[in-house]
Amino acid sequence: MNYRQARWADDGRLEPLVFELSKAKRTGYTLPPKVPSEVNIPNKLIRTELELPELSEPEVVRHYTRLSQMNYGIDSGFYPLGSCTMKYNPKICEDLAALETASCIHPYQDEDTVQGALELMYKLEQHLTEIAGVARVCLHPSAGAHGEFLGMLLTRAYHKSRGKEHNEVIVPDSAHGTNFASAAMAGFNVVVVPSNSRGRVDLEALRKAVSKRTAALMLTNPNTLGLFEDEILKIAEAVHKVGGLLYYDGANLNGILGKTRPGDMGFDIVHFNLHKTFSTPHGGGGPGAGPIGVTRKLEKFLPVPTVEYDRKRRRYYLDYRRPQSVGKIKSFYGNFGVLVKAYAYILLMGESGLQEVTEAAVLNSNYIMRKLQDVDGFEIKFDTSGPCKHEVVFSAEPLKRGAGVTAKDVAKRLLDYGIHAPTYYFPPIVPEALMIEPTETETKEELDRFIAAMKEIADEAKSHPEKLLSAPTATAIGRLDEAKASREPILSWKMYRKLAK
Amino acid sequence: MKKLGLIVNPIAGMGGRVGLKGTNGTDVVARALELGAKPVSPARAVKALRVLKKSGAKFELITYPAEMGESEATEVGFKARVIGDITPKRTTADDTKRAAKEMLELGVDLILVAGGDGTICDLIEVIGARVPVLGIPAGVKMHSAVFANAPKATGEVVARFLSEGLPLREAEVMDIDEEAYRQNRLSAKLKGFVKVPYEPTMVQATKEGSTGYELADQKAIARWVFELMEKGRTYILGPGTTTRAVAEELGVYDSTLLGVDIIRDYKMIAKDVGEEQILRAIEGKPATIIVSPIGGQGFVLGRGNQQISPKVVEKVGKENILVIATPQKLSSTPTLKVDTGDAKLDELFRGYIKVITGYRQSRMVKIV
Amino acid sequence: MGHPYIPNTREIREQMLAEIGVASIDDLFSDIPEKIRLKKKLKLPAQMSELEVKQDVQKMLARNKPFTQMLSFLGGGLWPHHIPAHVRSLVQRSEFLTSYTPYQAETSQGMLQALFEYQSMICELTGMDVSNASMYDWATAIGEAALMCARVTRRKKILVPELMSPERFSVLQNYALGPNLEVVKLGYDWASGQLDLSQLRAKLGQDVACVYIENPSYLGFLETRVEEMAAAAHKAGAIFVVGVNPISLGLLKAPGDYGADIVVGEGQPLGNPVSFGGPTLGIFACRDDTKLIRQIPGRLVGATTTLDEKTRGFTMVLQTREQHIRRERATSNICSNEALCAVAAAIYLASLGPRGLRELAETCAANANYAMKKLDAIDGLEAPIFASPHFNEFTLRCTQPKLAIKKFNAKLLKQDIQGGRPIKDEFPEFGETALLYTTELHRREDIDRLADAAAEAVGARK
Repeated sequence: MNYRQARWADDGRLEPLVFELSKAKRTGYTLPPKVPSEVNIPNKLIRTELELPELSEPEVVRHYTRLSQMNYGIDSGFYPLGSCTMKYNPKICEDLAALETASCIHPYQDEDTVQGALELMYKLEQHLTEIAGVARVCLHPSAGAHGEFLGMLLTRAYHKSRGKEHNEVIVPDSAHGTNFASAAMAGFNVVVVPSNSRGRVDLEALRKAVSKRTAALMLTNPNTLGLFEDEILKIAEAVHKVGGLLYYDGANLNGILGKTRPGDMGFDIVHFNLHKTFSTPHGGGGPGAGPIGVTRKLEKFLPVPTVEYDRKRRRYYLDYRRPQSVGKIKSFYGNFGVLVKAYAYILLMGESGLQEVTEAAVLNSNYIMRKLQDVDGFEIKFDTSGPCKHEVVFSAEPLKRGAGVTAKDVAKRLLDYGIHAPTYYFPPIVPEALMIEPTETETKEELDRFIAAMKEIADEAKSHPEKLLSAPTATAIGRLDEAKASREPILSWKMYRKLAK
Repeated sequence: MKKLGLIVNPIAGMGGRVGLKGTNGTDVVARALELGAKPVSPARAVKALRVLKKSGAKFELITYPAEMGESEATEVGFKARVIGDITPKRTTADDTKRAAKEMLELGVDLILVAGGDGTICDLIEVIGARVPVLGIPAGVKMHSAVFANAPKATGEVVARFLSEGLPLREAEVMDIDEEAYRQNRLSAKLKGFVKVPYEPTMVQATKEGSTGYELADQKAIARWVFELMEKGRTYILGPGTTTRAVAEELGVYDSTLLGVDIIRDYKMIAKDVGEEQILRAIEGKPATIIVSPIGGQGFVLGRGNQQISPKVVEKVGKENILVIATPQKLSSTPTLKVDTGDAKLDELFRGYIKVITGYRQSRMVKIV
Repeated sequence: MGHPYIPNTREIREQMLAEIGVASIDDLFSDIPEKIRLKKKLKLPAQMSELEVKQDVQKMLARNKPFTQMLSFLGGGLWPHHIPAHVRSLVQRSEFLTSYTPYQAETSQGMLQALFEYQSMICELTGMDVSNASMYDWATAIGEAALMCARVTRRKKILVPELMSPERFSVLQNYALGPNLEVVKLGYDWASGQLDLSQLRAKLGQDVACVYIENPSYLGFLETRVEEMAAAAHKAGAIFVVGVNPISLGLLKAPGDYGADIVVGEGQPLGNPVSFGGPTLGIFACRDDTKLIRQIPGRLVGATTTLDEKTRGFTMVLQTREQHIRRERATSNICSNEALCAVAAAIYLASLGPRGLRELAETCAANANYAMKKLDAIDGLEAPIFASPHFNEFTLRCTQPKLAIKKFNAKLLKQDIQGGRPIKDEFPEFGETALLYTTELHRREDIDRLADAAAEAVGARK
């Protein structure tokens, strides 16, 4: 397959900036006539200038259409970004979230006028508690990291309520960067534990790391190497023994749906990434949703309001009377538009479908693991004795030693095949890491095509390494000077006008 | 365009193959040659240079004549600017020192040196920490933290340093006590510090609290240690730049870099002390030892801070030892060692310990 | 039959297993300890077809009454506006919708440029020089601003107005927990509601990291002495942070013009639906000061060129600030943000242009003014309760004895009118008061209808 991304370009730039297309007095907007009333605001508070672009509607549409053509989504092609679970986003979910009855309701409306929304949230919470094996779910957090932060706040509240001074959070060295940051943001001291030669948390190190100061251990399972932490019960025991809590980073839930549950593993707090496992679209970075699940003992600390059901009066309501709640971590109740999509997804898959999701995802990943191992230039650093889960981490170190090209060069060359690069240089414990997560929505043919492309690239690295070093060439633009961009930041049209030549 | 200084110590490493420990002193060199020793470091230098040539990095190469760099550079196909004067086949430590001085004066951005601990020590006598250094491992004694794992890796780091730039970390320069070594006794001394370029992707740093700049990370560690300190407690500070950062955070600006200092209540009590003084200072008082891993092998106790003897450790108590290390340091020594001289005591330390790596950040590191 | 979203059928999966020498799918889960393997099925609904899901969810949501089907004056942090149809069709383009964070700049110029345009337009609106590519919402943006100010100034006190939104205050307190910051409330002038400047001056000391105000405020009034606040804050070495509804900036002076260092706010009204409280769009912008820029949370998109310097392109910059714990101060943990909502905001602003936004803001303010006049004229009602200029939100108090605001609202609801948000629980000192808003969605006759229903509810003569 040949690939070429659309490219709109002229005179040293791609599509012009919307400011560069602006022409005075054009407009893409109309208003109905005003009410007969003045604006009763003193002049000194009124602005005299506002520089926004002026375009007609067709120009706006064409401009952003062209920009979208110079972008790449799951709908465009294979997107094996490790730990991101780039699976197909069902379009019916989009339609449902856009319904007037979903998008045109205000959170402060009388509860009787939003029973449908409350019911959806309540039922979603129930499905998520079942999937995770926890007691209660809170849908407030807007993203995984936001959920982590809430998890850390709950941890703080829990220990404080027991009069204990637990101020350390343990994080494995393979963890996602947000884990460290969330713990620190909540005021905890962070203790990093290394991974062992099998790529799992080093139990010996963990046992030495726990103490009466341990507030929690944050763990992803399967971990970021795509490996299941098979010693999880011993890990849980070590942490619980000192009174600490176990926190589950749900980024990799796609690898275990229907096979096991974090709650059963001993986790006290679980976060979900609805924009990963539950297929709400990533939107170029967001919006997402990162609900939190907790065991019974932490329920009283959850943010307000919670969604409750009054059995007698047969109605849903918002409960603000929770004296031990940590308060709020976001205005209102969560990213409802995203929750609708996740809820619909769970119904579309059903119990059997979710299990099939994990089976197909894990099979796809193991298929790649097996086949890519046969390609000269890539190797697995850690345990290859057992299966991986829904993602696999390869090292391009052999290719680097032999041909001097890096994981980044391989990733950039893949873009020329119309395949989005996998995550590279993460986790940092693997040199020249390439983290590949195919997901269950990819065909076998696409996986074979990916393996073939990797083989071609590995061969090319030896014979024509410059092809990798100069890649990509089939995308709208070639490699950018990222160092310069950070050294001399130009972050707005205002700055651009001043600084750029 | 960046300037790279190249110094090859042609006699470094010659002793090893014929069973000698080090080549300091011309009589040892003569002995080695008698035993049929052949130069080792030129070939190592060539290996590193080949990788550098292949990288296509653009720079000006400045080196010394003949076997001190010119021949190696020519063999690989570099056009080097040759400076200085030597007597070929009779090079000494003085030549190394002169080369370093002249390169410093020419404003080189990095000195790439093929040699061992001894060669590095000679270098820093002249240039101190004023020019970054990177060592191609070629000597027998390589306890300094200045050496990459292998000649090829050295070449790669230099290539990146010259083309994209790399951050610098502090590295300890060690030298073994020659006499003791030849009598099979291990005794190392910390001679000083140089700055060494390193590859950030190999540093766990960026995830766990590093700013990417070692100095800032040291300050972060110091800030936390400061918060943990108690009044009335005696603190024994081991050598190193990280412990010095701790002293500075307390307002003590005259701590010794290479020696052990004693601080209490934010005041310097005694500088550059030996075992006796330490024992007197902590008699009957609560104390904490703060140490940083030393050398290319990361000795937490033993090499480089022998003043903190087994007696001292026993008096203070193992639980009162704070180990501090920047992520950059740990990336070059992912496991640590102890060698107090007391095997039983060393055994107590084996296993995982908590090392402070940043502000409110620590990492479990194994002492092997 | 297979599932439409799982293309590898059972047969193909068998083939794949054979190809990689694995006997059965269960072997791929052998690494899960027996003890924690699920022995029974999860208690979840059975798989449903797309048609069934559509009907099911539609039916559930039909139990909601959209504000578009009644007359609503319910503001308080999210505001319905008309979203031009093309905004939605553009953000629904799958290359935007189904893409990830644009780490691979070469293949993601579309998203990167759109976000750069968003950042730029926010800067123009707020009078700032740098904006990030979104935060979760206004409340978390305030939290992040407080953390940033504490990092930059190395101080620990945050001064806020007593009348700031209580929900946002709660979020701020949670963000302040980690670094142990102290959030102190400043009193207000009883008549105008505005920040009490003497209290501000009294509390400003060498320990204050920032002063935060909301303008327009949560209760709708405008702060008229903002230049004095900025000057006082700066004199004490504190950072001045202003929270806004960006629509108001179509008409009102940009905070950058009256001394703000950081501007935060809620971007939802810019092209995004209300959607029961989310997704929302946190605005975060600051002045071009190196001390601030290096500490700004969230993603930043910058302009650059290709390596051969021939073509302009966009890329994420200053990534060492992100998710990394910097020095001894924690920076933001934000990873996923609200990028698509930011793109919608950019498209919306590009379509309105300066005149469209000005006209829109004037309409909102004029409508509010008209509503306040009509309601205030009714015996038993007072609108607004503060002697200050207002933008598009205002307070309405029931002065009728024995008529609680909740009862008043219930009477309005009987006439299919959603009244304002009662603020009695949040601010009991203001009595039976509600917070109302108006936008371009309200026509003259709608406001007249509100006035009539209100008059009836209080039993006043018209």
